[in-house]
Amino acid sequence: MFRKNWWKILSFFFLLYTFTAGFLGKVPAKPILNETIRNLYFHVAMWFGMMIFFVVSVIYSIKYLRHNRPSDDIYAVEFARTGIVYGLLGLITGSVWARYTWGDFWSNDPKQLGAAIALLIYLAYFVLRNSLTDIDKSARISAVYNVFAFAMLFPTIWIIPRLVESLHPGGMGNPALDTKDIDSRMRLVFWFGAIPGWTLLGVWITTLRIRLQLLSLKHELHG
Amino acid sequence: MVKICLRVCLTVFTMILFVFVHAQDSLKNENPQMADAMRSSGKIYVVVTVLVIILIGLFLYLINTDKKISRIEKNIK
Repeated sequence: MFRKNWWKILSFFFLLYTFTAGFLGKVPAKPILNETIRNLYFHVAMWFGMMIFFVVSVIYSIKYLRHNRPSDDIYAVEFARTGIVYGLLGLITGSVWARYTWGDFWSNDPKQLGAAIALLIYLAYFVLRNSLTDIDKSARISAVYNVFAFAMLFPTIWIIPRLVESLHPGGMGNPALDTKDIDSRMRLVFWFGAIPGWTLLGVWITTLRIRLQLLSLKHELHG
Repeated sequence: MVKICLRVCLTVFTMILFVFVHAQDSLKNENPQMADAMRSSGKIYVVVTVLVIILIGLFLYLINTDKKISRIEKNIK
């Protein structure tokens, strides 16, 4: 599947659409936000990508725990890695966006804090992995840890920021991305351009890393 | 398949270059009219062009890496 090319081409066209319609398309005129509302196609897409990669990663970790296949461990690690890259990009871009709308790079918003904590938990996954020299033990323990890290995503980025007052949309109990919440002119670019485009790009980068890791695994086993 | 990828990228790239060259032409004529494609709506098209070039560059790089890994995979089998 990941050696096929059609979805890579699809990713290019999704992103081409995002980059053209994302800047040339009409957006609602809102005070303070102004044109920065277009960041929805880039900043928010990073977080969606991150969540998707973490979900895939935890699925492969569980698969590893069930079947003990080294390849499943490689899949889990590489998807978590791309997830962290996307998350860090989301954090940095969000911080720049916040500077010019909320007034500060970091305003201790519950969602900012939650996202930072979630990323630290995932960074610890790599610290844990790399501190164990035994390959099987490292794979097994980090797979178990990954399940807990994933469980921590729920309170840190999905529950707590919604219960308390937040500068982000979606505070105080209402969902962040209601179907009515996002302007109809932006919905198409967001759901049919930015989200699939950025996600598929991340998947492509991940599969390249997975293929490299599988090659080195094969090399270790046979050569 | 990779060839098709490359061809698509190249076509889009030439299209952008065409717009670019077109915009340069009107500069040479010293036509005071500023409303050509690249200079309309606050020059947003320039940003779009820059981003599309970056996008194409990144994808060409990824295609290249993909091809290299495929070659190693074939050699090892």
